[in-house]
Amino acid sequence: MIRVVLPAHLRTLARIDNEVALEVKGQPTQRAVLDALELRYPILTGTIRDHVTQKRRPFLRFFACEEDLSLESPDAPLPKAVVLGKEPFLIIGSVAGG
Amino acid sequence: MSKVRMLVGTKKGAFILTSDGKRQKWDISGPHFAGWEIYHIKGSPVDPNRLHCSQSSSWFGQIIQRSDDGGKTWNIPGGEKLPSPTDPPGGQSNNFAYDTSAKPLTTHQWYDGTQHPWEFKRVWHLEPSLTDPDTVYAGVEDAALFKTTNGGKTWKELSGLRGHRTGKQWTPGAGGMGLHTILIDPKNPKRIYIAISAAGVFRTDDGGTTWQPVNKGLKSQYIPDPDAEVGHCVHRIAMHPSRPGVLYMQKHWDIMRSDNAGEQWHEVSGNLPTDFGFPIEVHAHEPETIYVVPIKSDAEHFPLDGKLRVYRSRTGGNEWEALTKGLPQKDCYVNILRDAMAVDTLDACGIYFGTTGGQVYASVNSGDSWEAIVHDFPSVFSIEVQTIK
Repeated sequence: MIRVVLPAHLRTLARIDNEVALEVKGQPTQRAVLDALELRYPILTGTIRDHVTQKRRPFLRFFACEEDLSLESPDAPLPKAVVLGKEPFLIIGSVAGG
Repeated sequence: MSKVRMLVGTKKGAFILTSDGKRQKWDISGPHFAGWEIYHIKGSPVDPNRLHCSQSSSWFGQIIQRSDDGGKTWNIPGGEKLPSPTDPPGGQSNNFAYDTSAKPLTTHQWYDGTQHPWEFKRVWHLEPSLTDPDTVYAGVEDAALFKTTNGGKTWKELSGLRGHRTGKQWTPGAGGMGLHTILIDPKNPKRIYIAISAAGVFRTDDGGTTWQPVNKGLKSQYIPDPDAEVGHCVHRIAMHPSRPGVLYMQKHWDIMRSDNAGEQWHEVSGNLPTDFGFPIEVHAHEPETIYVVPIKSDAEHFPLDGKLRVYRSRTGGNEWEALTKGLPQKDCYVNILRDAMAVDTLDACGIYFGTTGGQVYASVNSGDSWEAIVHDFPSVFSIEVQTIK
């Protein structure tokens, strides 16, 4: 199971209290994880990646295993620790600054 | 006894205020959708408990919320998995996909003069149908008009608007290129007016298939041709439902009026101390009584001399009187945004507005005197008022 941690606003939207455990078919990638997340919680569609382009929304970042995966290909395999469920896949809202 | 319900959209959530017909004591619920920008909430004239809300964020994009019980509970239309295979898939209520089927629909003019792809940013305004609670129009940035006929589950663009031959010339202002005003003619539902910053006013007479710019008479010194067919930064337009052919406009500068459905406009700024501003509103029972809130200038978005003054004309423009009783008359430097003023339809017409400083002011006597009914909301983006009999 892949563990996904969402920002507070998206947890509220999806009515989730904690992290989400997702079963991902095939090779776990960012795209596969987000597909599985949106399948489970359709209301998150369009909030993490654009409906049309499927690109990550610019003020969101993807972290895992103390690495920033945001600029990785959406089809790149996720780190082994994430695949094994030892580490979560973190979806983070960037800081507003100021 | 009648009740008044006020729907307030702010920079950090939505608030719902209710009062009885006396409008002296207000109950406040909220913030709903705390932390999100609420550009607009509006109720259906057919079913006042049916509310649609535009919730958005720079981080997470657009969400559409719907309430079927007057704002007590909210749901994302179509957000849950739906039981019937004939229903649209979930997660489409925030999908505002532009029609790109024809070349004129792919780009518009950018600040540097090049052509730029249309990009959806957010819903600025929601206008429910006058006859069907499931039908709502949405004005969005980048300027386009969308329509739902299933209570917000899915949206389809009325692309004839952007497909107008001038669409490629439309250019955003500093605040973006938003379609912010939608007026439906109550006597002819196929006639709809929309306004875009900074393109101008357009009208359809066939329910949204084809559109024509109706900007004749507008003069805008900030564009190369002040009399151009499009390019005017119209801030808001308003009508009285009993007389839909008469339109009032607050433009970037100038208060304007049309007596023939936008075919020709003339200036009615008259004796206003400044004619820059954002909202314009019409009295519920007096079609010639209109309200504006002038601010100093395009560069200084606050009241002249720090005095918050609503101006009322009882003559459809030109002759204006300052309404100051109960409003701060020194050190006031707030702004009132285009959708942040509304009226109720009680016999003694109530008029309300919200400020960027988070105050909500109410007058229960057509503007003669005012009271701050809220002091410390987040910056107010929009106010709508429902009179519930």
